[in-house]
Amino acid sequence: MPRAFFFWGIMADKPGFPEILSFSPTGYGDELAWAAAISISIAILAYALGLLIGIIGALGKLGGSELTQKVLHGYTTLVRAVPELILILLLFYAGTSGLNALLAEAGFESITINGFIAGVCVLGFVQGAYSTEVLRAAIQAIPIGQIEAARAYGMSPFLQFRRITLPAMLSFAIPGMANLWLIVTKGTALLAVVGYTELTLATKQAAGNTKMYFTFYIVAGAIYLCVTLLSEQGFGWLERRVRRGQRALT
Amino acid sequence: MKLTRRFALAAAAAAMMATAAPAMADLKFGVAAEPYPPFSSKDASGTWVGWEIDLMNAVCAQMNEKCELVEVAWDGIIPALTSKQIDVIWSSMSITAKRKETIDFTNMYYNTPTVLIGAKTGDLDITPAKLKGKVIGVQVSTIHEAYLQKYYGSAGAEIKTYATQDEANNDLAAGRLDYVQADGSALDAFLKTEQGTACCELKGQVADDPEILGEGVGGGLRKEDTAIKEKLNAAIAELAKSGKFEEITAKYPDLVGKMITPKGM
Amino acid sequence: MNSLKLAAKILIYGTLLIVAALILYWLVFHSRWSWFVEYLPLLIKGLWLTILLLVLSVVLGGLLAIPIGLVQVTGPAPLAWAAKTFCTVIRGTPLLVQLWLIYYGLGSLFPQIGMAYPGFKENFMWLIRLDGFYYALFAFTISFAGYEGEVMRGAFLGVPRGELEAARAFGMSPWKVLTRVWFPRAVRFVLPTLAGETVLQLQSTPLAFTVTVMDLMGVTSKIRQDTFRIFEPLMLLAVLYMCLTFVIVWGFSFVEKMVPQKR
Repeated sequence: MPRAFFFWGIMADKPGFPEILSFSPTGYGDELAWAAAISISIAILAYALGLLIGIIGALGKLGGSELTQKVLHGYTTLVRAVPELILILLLFYAGTSGLNALLAEAGFESITINGFIAGVCVLGFVQGAYSTEVLRAAIQAIPIGQIEAARAYGMSPFLQFRRITLPAMLSFAIPGMANLWLIVTKGTALLAVVGYTELTLATKQAAGNTKMYFTFYIVAGAIYLCVTLLSEQGFGWLERRVRRGQRALT
Repeated sequence: MKLTRRFALAAAAAAMMATAAPAMADLKFGVAAEPYPPFSSKDASGTWVGWEIDLMNAVCAQMNEKCELVEVAWDGIIPALTSKQIDVIWSSMSITAKRKETIDFTNMYYNTPTVLIGAKTGDLDITPAKLKGKVIGVQVSTIHEAYLQKYYGSAGAEIKTYATQDEANNDLAAGRLDYVQADGSALDAFLKTEQGTACCELKGQVADDPEILGEGVGGGLRKEDTAIKEKLNAAIAELAKSGKFEEITAKYPDLVGKMITPKGM
Repeated sequence: MNSLKLAAKILIYGTLLIVAALILYWLVFHSRWSWFVEYLPLLIKGLWLTILLLVLSVVLGGLLAIPIGLVQVTGPAPLAWAAKTFCTVIRGTPLLVQLWLIYYGLGSLFPQIGMAYPGFKENFMWLIRLDGFYYALFAFTISFAGYEGEVMRGAFLGVPRGELEAARAFGMSPWKVLTRVWFPRAVRFVLPTLAGETVLQLQSTPLAFTVTVMDLMGVTSKIRQDTFRIFEPLMLLAVLYMCLTFVIVWGFSFVEKMVPQKR
């Protein structure tokens, strides 16, 4: 009997195990699902923002003036040298109060930035630095002849980017960008430390309320793992698609 | 086709943000995003419940204001107030001279004694000299941490700080800590849980030090928001007069007789 | 066109100057550093803990990564599968969740184990009383092993088959092939990436403060809460981590230069 209890305890902390994860009002299933949706939404928007910064940053690093390059170099170095958690804390507090101080100077009402938007901005800002590097390397990997040929055809810079640079760099950029997506999905967990209820903090609250720490952290881990595995499948498919017509690398 | 799909995505994202960003101009009450029963905790349906939440609703109804509850990390709750992410700290924060240097407070809305709890095997004598070499857990940046550092830390006990009270309680139950210090009623609630009954017991009240332990719990405010302060104080006084405090406390049998609330005139 | 460029230049320079001026103004007139002296001993202790966490987890995790990478290439199949699953799970979940699962999950199991086995508390007091530092070290070590195991797998695969066949043709035992040819060649592939991985590991260490470790992050968050100053401690922290990052990058480039790169 004690042994049976022991294993039951290991597996599920306590009796009442499956029900506590149900979607009913007494279960935490719906809370975790909603929190997971928030986490994924933050990740998607931050990723998109990072991609936007990355495209601008990469083009600036490659074709911008010396000054632009210096500024961008400072940005990417700084972001990559300081832990993400500290950047999140700094931008979360400094960002909001700095913005409000500026607004107050300009005579506007102070605004409040909710955790969702702040999270997206902060993670996007960090992602931007990494995206810049990934995209820059990808553009540089394009054989220069292809770009020269495009120029020789008299393509405008925009057309050249859309028709030649973008499709040609995609196959180089996708592995790196896939990696960045995985980093940002896991990075959203750091928002738990500043008290924003995404998946990890929701898990912690549920675990604290029910004292079923093992169960809830394993469930949260499984959700993150599912997102990762599905994303890997998706990016693998995408990579095969953009590599259509290319010779196999190995 | 591609374009419309992209638009649909953007629209979905915008809708997402709209639901995540409720209407502005409500009074924002900051609550620490952690279970702190019986004062504030999230139930399984995701709504905040507890004595302090009931009081918040009563105060807001009294002021005729629309209030919004905002979750903040406890260790960032004062910065959240000063950077205007919230308007009021409503999270069992004790009124102390040290905090008053940075922020302002409403009048006290409850007060409980400060106690130590510990493993059942431990001693009942909790004088600082006796706890030399013991490990005491406490929530970070609380009056209790300051108190422990001053009296017990200097006497040779090891003080471990936690981001939330819940984590400290959990480590006490796990046997990682010998004692935990906090508000009497919060720890009382913990001792009544299955986990608490199994491991721990009340050791007693610590010697008072008003300078550190403060004058009870109040709502934290920015110093310049005197209008909000007056409104809140008036509401608290009005609720005290109408017996609302007793009415709320009656819903939490564990708290009855364990705490001091403002008395009506 | 030229005037447009000039305008853009002025705009960028102007914004940068204004931002720099604002920060400087704030640093000179609004920032308070009086806490620094009081907390200096704690900061030094915190720095030491951070370095200790980093070095130990990188060394232990790196050692663990070698077999994890190797069995994925050589088999046997069940071990390869286990190693691959380990890497996938570690890389697929946030470190914060892993850390909390290990620290609070195990912590919540202790009383239950104690109920099942009454002697547990007396006999395993050391385990129960293990400091948060060791849990963090454990979590960071397996995390590093998971990421680096994947890298090692690629490195082992990257060694040209011909070299291994040549070694075997010399009559080397499998163990000798591994220690004399395969492993040294694989390590050389890994070395250039190691600096980056170590920097990433350094950036994970601040999470330790969430399980009561008073590392640099823990000390600064204490300072933040004691003094109610947000930016100064965080700025100091950012600068300290930047310095550590540069030391790591510089140190590894130094080591790399020492290792001969014969091909």
